Amino acid sequence: MLENIDLSLINWSRGQFALTAMYHWFFVPLTLGLSFIIAFMETIYVTTGRAEWKRITKFWMTLFGINFAIGIATGLILEFEFGTNWSNYSWFVGDIFGAPLAIEGIMAFFLESTFIAVMFFGWNKVSKKFHLVSTWLVAFGANLSALWILVANAWMQYPAGMRFNPDTARNEMVNFWEVLFSPVAINKFLHTITSGFLLASVFVLSISAWYLLKNREVMFAKKSILIASVFGLLSSFYVVLSGDNSARIMATHQPMKFAAMEGLYTGQSGAPLVAMGVMSNEPDTTKNYLRDFTISIEIPNLLSYMAYLDPEAFVPGINDLVYGNEEQGIMPATEKIARGKIARETLSDYKKAKDDGDTEKYEELRATFQDSEFQEDYFRYFGYGFFRDPQDLVPNVPIAFYGFHLMVALGFYFILLFALALRYLFKGSLVRRRKFLWLALFTLPLPYLAGQAGWIVAEMGRQPWAIQDYLPTMAAVSRLDASAVQTTFWLFTVVFTALLIAEIRIMSKQVKLGPKQEGGN
Amino acid sequence: MLESITHLFLQQYWWIIISLLGSFLVFLLFVQGGQTLLVTLGKTKSERTMLVNSLGRKWEVTFTTLVTFGGAFFASFPLFYSTSFGGAYWVWMAILFCFVVQAIAYEYRSKPNNVFGTKTYEIFLFVNGFLGTLLLGTAVGTFFTGSEFSVNPMNIVNLSNVTVSAWENPWHGLEAVLNIQNILLGVTVFFLARVLGILYFMNTIDSEKIFSRAKKHLLYNAIPFVVSFLAFVGLLLTSEGFAYDPASGQVYMEDYKYLHNLIEMPMVAIFFLVGVVLVLWGIIKSIISISNYGIWFSGVGTVLTVFALFLLAGFNNTAFYPSTYDLQSSLTIENSSSSVYTLKTMAFVSLFVPIVFAYVFYVWRAINNKKITEEEMESDHAY
Repeated sequence: MLENIDLSLINWSRGQFALTAMYHWFFVPLTLGLSFIIAFMETIYVTTGRAEWKRITKFWMTLFGINFAIGIATGLILEFEFGTNWSNYSWFVGDIFGAPLAIEGIMAFFLESTFIAVMFFGWNKVSKKFHLVSTWLVAFGANLSALWILVANAWMQYPAGMRFNPDTARNEMVNFWEVLFSPVAINKFLHTITSGFLLASVFVLSISAWYLLKNREVMFAKKSILIASVFGLLSSFYVVLSGDNSARIMATHQPMKFAAMEGLYTGQSGAPLVAMGVMSNEPDTTKNYLRDFTISIEIPNLLSYMAYLDPEAFVPGINDLVYGNEEQGIMPATEKIARGKIARETLSDYKKAKDDGDTEKYEELRATFQDSEFQEDYFRYFGYGFFRDPQDLVPNVPIAFYGFHLMVALGFYFILLFALALRYLFKGSLVRRRKFLWLALFTLPLPYLAGQAGWIVAEMGRQPWAIQDYLPTMAAVSRLDASAVQTTFWLFTVVFTALLIAEIRIMSKQVKLGPKQEGGN
Repeated sequence: MLESITHLFLQQYWWIIISLLGSFLVFLLFVQGGQTLLVTLGKTKSERTMLVNSLGRKWEVTFTTLVTFGGAFFASFPLFYSTSFGGAYWVWMAILFCFVVQAIAYEYRSKPNNVFGTKTYEIFLFVNGFLGTLLLGTAVGTFFTGSEFSVNPMNIVNLSNVTVSAWENPWHGLEAVLNIQNILLGVTVFFLARVLGILYFMNTIDSEKIFSRAKKHLLYNAIPFVVSFLAFVGLLLTSEGFAYDPASGQVYMEDYKYLHNLIEMPMVAIFFLVGVVLVLWGIIKSIISISNYGIWFSGVGTVLTVFALFLLAGFNNTAFYPSTYDLQSSLTIENSSSSVYTLKTMAFVSLFVPIVFAYVFYVWRAINNKKITEEEMESDHAY
């Protein structure tokens, strides 16, 4: 374990990053999805020439603009917080992690920010087709920027395409394509952007439902609901499918996180999936396997199937991962810690040999670092060398469990919601279905909740790691006074909250005002 | 040997890209400069709305350039990213706050029910324009004057002190304002941004009143800009600088280092001189005639001058982020860069930069081909 560790600094730094990320994710998913919904609407306008679609497009574009600005403001903070609060991390893996961030700026942000000016100010300055292309480019730019930052995030969960360089004491990229096309990156990207599409679809559906409840703008609302429900239904199906795939990938690459979000303490073959459950504070020692639930509804064998596509497969639990399971070939954490220490000491000896000019030892240790067996058997456990107590490797299980189950339950609910909206719309009864319209209206906060829960599972579930197995969070932090980070934390809290209040008030007012008659906004 | 040449070439290539992004960023700070002049140049609500809207079409490009500048620095020189951002915490945080409040100010300013009122959002724009430029200039000033930090990558194996880059004073960047040379650069950037903002307004707004007011204030802002710029350049060229021996990597102090750099890199000297002349010509032409094209001369001049300053800071065996606490911790383009592989990969990505410039320019022309009028403020999407 690190000596002289300032837990307060680590907690405030984590808190500040989480605060920024959560606020950021409050605004970004709407940008991701609404940009495409607007592009669909404008495409209909340009191809049919019907002015009502221009009116619809411009209304949703106004709400898009209000939301967009605050998303990029929080995004700026996030980017720089990697440096300000996680400086060790920035150096240790900056060779790999920085590249996607730079590419995001060059390839995606400029596309987005340049053509957004055309989107808002170009109606009377450029041709209809140029305007339409600009709207599509904004949508692609926004989602392309999501690709790069999610590639970066996925790399932290599943480090790929890199090798440790003992001379610079950092990890360096050796294969860009492995970083970009890692299964975690691709799946995370698709899962995350489709969750944004889903959120934006609920947003449009909810606000349109409000108009129908008020008996205002009926045609406008029905057309908007049609677009949102089709897009939302397709997206929500894909969110569930990619979520399932994500769990399977996680079971292989981050088994501890997988066990935590399932509340699985002791692994078993043919493991059941806990569909619903209430976790207990005390471990149940009366059973053969420790399952910390006071009440639970389980679906037999489903967890094994979900993880390995085999209903009888063994799924390791938290205890197996901490204490090891010889029968299943799972190494105990104490062994990983020991190997991590050897990797660290080897690096230390390498540095000493280099400083002392001990050429023979230097060359010998250099060869050790280049040996793939050493990399695989020792260096891959480098991060474990920072720990003493194997229990420190266990994330917060209740948060991971409840977050995951909330997200999954809501994911299925959204499919039902969109399916019903389409059914009522096509049957012509939507306007009369007031209970459904109320339900649609009150669903508005739920995709936000699901998105936040998803990120909580992803980020808290992988603790204590900043980079899985290589760098613990406690070793990634900048050396600052905890009080300094505490101060900026509260400043950000005040600023972000004030801006959020302003955004909600402005948006509510725009919704009350409704679309302008002539299609101008 | 071949690999080290390749690595050095890539390090230099990426320093050029960073310098270009930095120089375009300073040019695009005309948005911030313009934000500090809303009350000075706009005497009525309608005039202020025109001023805000002319800037409102460009603020995102400035913002994006800042983000890309940060991202490119992270990817190409990660040790700078971790050392400076993690160390000079307060300066960078203050800059970030300035930009957060800007991002929403345009969109929320004139919207009904905006909670804090139009005035508050205009104050946000002023704060961003004033502090954002001043602090960015001051922070970049430390590229020439140094900061108090230490760097030891091998600390990653030291359990009693795992920090790779450590700031060695409790002020975490605030101390930069105590150095006159840093302040001069901050003041220079501030007044340059205002000058460029004025020239931009003269170019884009169709209002005689605003044009004549802008012309008058151009002179008021150009004088402090020129004075502070000359003072900064004077100090820079006569001060000692942070040189390093490329063979051993040892950093040492050298008298007149930046003057030597200018003399030993004639191309940089030409960029610098042509840049300064163009900036001045854009200003003078706009003062003595009724031309509204000053922004293009001064804009190109700004890019060339700032580009040359960045090259002075990082080329010719100069430590671009020096440490006054421990000279050998100073960052050079050689000891702080990414690996050959990453720089090479990023070099391919950088081929997109001309494409980006091309479409940014194309869209700029498409949107700015007609001047902003009062009528337009009432008929379309307006801030």
